[in-house]
Amino acid sequence: MITIQDLNKIKEKTLKKMELRLRAKDEKTDIKERHVLICGGPGCHSANAEGIKMALEEKIKKKDLHKEVKVSLAGCFGLCETGPNIEIYPEGIFYAHVGMDDLDEIVEEHLCNGNIVERLVFEDALEDGKVKHVSDITFYKKQKKIALRNCGIIDYVNLDEYIALDGYQALAKVITEMTQQDIIDMMKEANLRGRGGAGFPAGIKWETAYKYHADQKYVICNADEGDPGAFMDRSILEGDPHSVLEAMAICGYAIGSNQGFIYIRAEYPIAVRRLEMAIEQAKDKGLLGKNILGTDFSFDIELRLGAGAFVCGEGTALMESIEGKRGMPRTKIYRTSHRGLWQKPTIINNVETFANVPAIVQNGVEWFKNIGTEDTPGTKVFALGGKIANTGLVEIPMGLTLREIIFDIGGGIPNGKKFKAVQTGGPSGGCIPEEHLDTPVDFGSLGRLGSIMGSGGMIVLDEDDCMVDIARFFLDFTVDESCGKCTPCREGTKRMLEILERITEGKGTPEDLDRLESLAETITQASLCGLGQTAANPVVSTMKYFREEYEAHVYDKKCPAGSCKELIEYFITDDCTGCTLCARNCPVSCIEGKVRELHVIDQSKCIKCGDCMAVCRFDAVIIR
Amino acid sequence: MGNVTLVIDGREVSVPKDFNIIEAAKRVGIDIPALCYDPNLEIVGACRLCLVEVEGWNKPVTACSTRVQEGMTVYTETEQLIGLRREILQLLLDNHPNDCLTCQKAGECLLQEYAYRYDVKFREHDGDRRRALVDTSSPYILKDDSKCVLCGKCVRICYQVQDRQVLSFGGRGFDTKIVVDADLAFEESSCVSCNRCVTVCPVGALVDKRVLGKARPWDGDIKGVKCKACDYGCNFEVLSKNGKNIAVRARSPLKGRPLCLKGRLMTEFIYLDEPEVPYRKEDTQFVETTWEEALGLEGVLMKLSKDE
Repeated sequence: MITIQDLNKIKEKTLKKMELRLRAKDEKTDIKERHVLICGGPGCHSANAEGIKMALEEKIKKKDLHKEVKVSLAGCFGLCETGPNIEIYPEGIFYAHVGMDDLDEIVEEHLCNGNIVERLVFEDALEDGKVKHVSDITFYKKQKKIALRNCGIIDYVNLDEYIALDGYQALAKVITEMTQQDIIDMMKEANLRGRGGAGFPAGIKWETAYKYHADQKYVICNADEGDPGAFMDRSILEGDPHSVLEAMAICGYAIGSNQGFIYIRAEYPIAVRRLEMAIEQAKDKGLLGKNILGTDFSFDIELRLGAGAFVCGEGTALMESIEGKRGMPRTKIYRTSHRGLWQKPTIINNVETFANVPAIVQNGVEWFKNIGTEDTPGTKVFALGGKIANTGLVEIPMGLTLREIIFDIGGGIPNGKKFKAVQTGGPSGGCIPEEHLDTPVDFGSLGRLGSIMGSGGMIVLDEDDCMVDIARFFLDFTVDESCGKCTPCREGTKRMLEILERITEGKGTPEDLDRLESLAETITQASLCGLGQTAANPVVSTMKYFREEYEAHVYDKKCPAGSCKELIEYFITDDCTGCTLCARNCPVSCIEGKVRELHVIDQSKCIKCGDCMAVCRFDAVIIR
Repeated sequence: MGNVTLVIDGREVSVPKDFNIIEAAKRVGIDIPALCYDPNLEIVGACRLCLVEVEGWNKPVTACSTRVQEGMTVYTETEQLIGLRREILQLLLDNHPNDCLTCQKAGECLLQEYAYRYDVKFREHDGDRRRALVDTSSPYILKDDSKCVLCGKCVRICYQVQDRQVLSFGGRGFDTKIVVDADLAFEESSCVSCNRCVTVCPVGALVDKRVLGKARPWDGDIKGVKCKACDYGCNFEVLSKNGKNIAVRARSPLKGRPLCLKGRLMTEFIYLDEPEVPYRKEDTQFVETTWEEALGLEGVLMKLSKDE
């Protein structure tokens, strides 16, 4: 068991070892020592980051540099688009798309000779022939990392590195210097709002559970992240698991609980492994378990694995699932902070919410409130996806505009396409059109636009995306994931989906549009849980901002974006040179034409695969 | 426990403070529609028909799961609520067979009653429907999945008896259905044919097979009787037509009692003019049996006269 003095000793000792990584960027160095950080986030992991690490270490050893150069895997760097990513310190050089073949050059040129391999440097880091420090790259410059503060910096398997960056200091401070009410007041004043989607103030929740008398209370971390395209919680758990454990213990102290559960989806096996390891490390050091840091406070954490139902991310369905029952939301007769898990007072917060807690304790309420907006102090992590250059994970201070997020940080729309809308909040959210791009982002502002912040999914759509089809996609997801308990969600979303399918197939009627609106109203008003109450949002918001697209499908039987297969046809224009390439590539041989003569598509046979358009070198194939 | 006073549709009512709005409304003769609510079962708020408006609250709430509060003003039949109920009923009818002409439940069916009350009709559509799976394996219970509205009352009442807990939800979303054990037929399952589930089913999804085709509530008489199989006396009903007792069905268990097949068969034997052959379950099959065996009276000289 360690004491606070021991904690400080570990911090001092480890900080020295991490010095190269943390050194201010303008400090010149002639030393040969280097820290190589390899991104171990979800994207780079899939792209063989671990293989790269092993190969690199081997090559470094061959060059006899292993005393000077330290290689570690770190949490997600955020720029998933360019993975596998590598950063080399102290220079702060960001190498992108690093393959096995590139390692020799990096070792030889950079690590041996001190020359930057410009060919591999992330392109936005190059300016006027100079290579910028990673922190000066636009992608990172506008970000503010609180929840992701340690991701990409510390080695996630190394508890000492977490401790070096003030890890477990917040817990130590809370349990030795603060009362339960103190820490609750702190969270209330900081106005930390739940980052899982609903934005309920964590401090108020904690206070409700604290004031409710019971023989047993529970803390739950909701890690059942399930929105399509969202992976912020996964990145935090994989890159900085201890920050969540520490926060749960702080919450346990605040409300008077000695038992926490992390409900994590089984589809996150890496996060599960790292959490298991982190819990073991923390218990070994006496940072979790009985008499934490030698005090009277005890707190234990166990994992519970979800079995793949999206609805189990809903707080009460999650509790049913932990209790071993079918994951269906409960009707809200009692608050879960009064009667939650096994009918005991329970605090349930999401991963990102918890990850903010130790930082607030460490840096104070004022610091936190100076970041973000009055409505929502602090930051939010977003997963940028869809038609955007820098696909990946970003953490931004609240109040930044959608335009800054998409065009500055995200790098805009690739291939010269035109921005159409941004879908926020996953299947519960909505689509926001260009005219609202200058809206500063927080919980309130996105809600007023008919969308939600949600857990932070942000999918960018361009001119080729059909808004009716997008609504259909998200509704299809909801229909699949509805638990089937309440009538409006179970029956209603299915009917809405059927209507949307009809419309995208060109069989929609004007009455269908009215029925969509009426069903949306009923499902929103009458459903039992948040999943149903927000299920219609993708339809409502697209009907609000892109009604003309719906009407084009229904009245003109046309898909303006050229995306709904039943409503488009491929056509060869006079630009055709008769090269025969399209006819040779057509899988159903429905293109006729002689060499050097205009080719024609037989529409009755065409399966609309688009191969002809893809292979044409003269842009002669168009969609109409 | 103290009382609270509230106003429901303009009528003042005082009720104990642990009452929900449905029960409070009953006190002043207001019947709030609900398919999944039963005062003897856990409240789940699944059917969403009992939505009511409370003055000062921003959204309608379910009357089953909302407790009364002092000074509350509740409206149960506003234009908005009627619109929501009609749409919910339409969703249910869109997924329900148009079989009221021959359905055993007609006349006692809550879905039928509410459709009439809110003027919602069956309609043609080419959308998806619940699969018409009918479990005919039991001589005692007929389970027709196509008529199920998934209120879950059967699951809850079955769950109340520790060693039964046979019924549960299976599948997800639109494909959700009530399953027997691990989705077995009744005869293969651990079901003991107590018919608790049949007593609470609001529609014709679970019916007593021995009543099937014999009478409907308007063309016969129904008399409540107490079971004589044990000292508790659960409630049964004897159906008669043209002066003849033709069928017995379970009405409700007595508090703390589970209802049982033996009690129902004994009631049949005592009251019916021509009781049907009884069956008992042997492993995974129902087989015909004798009345002595069915009632556990083998070897006992039976002097029971049917007139008694």
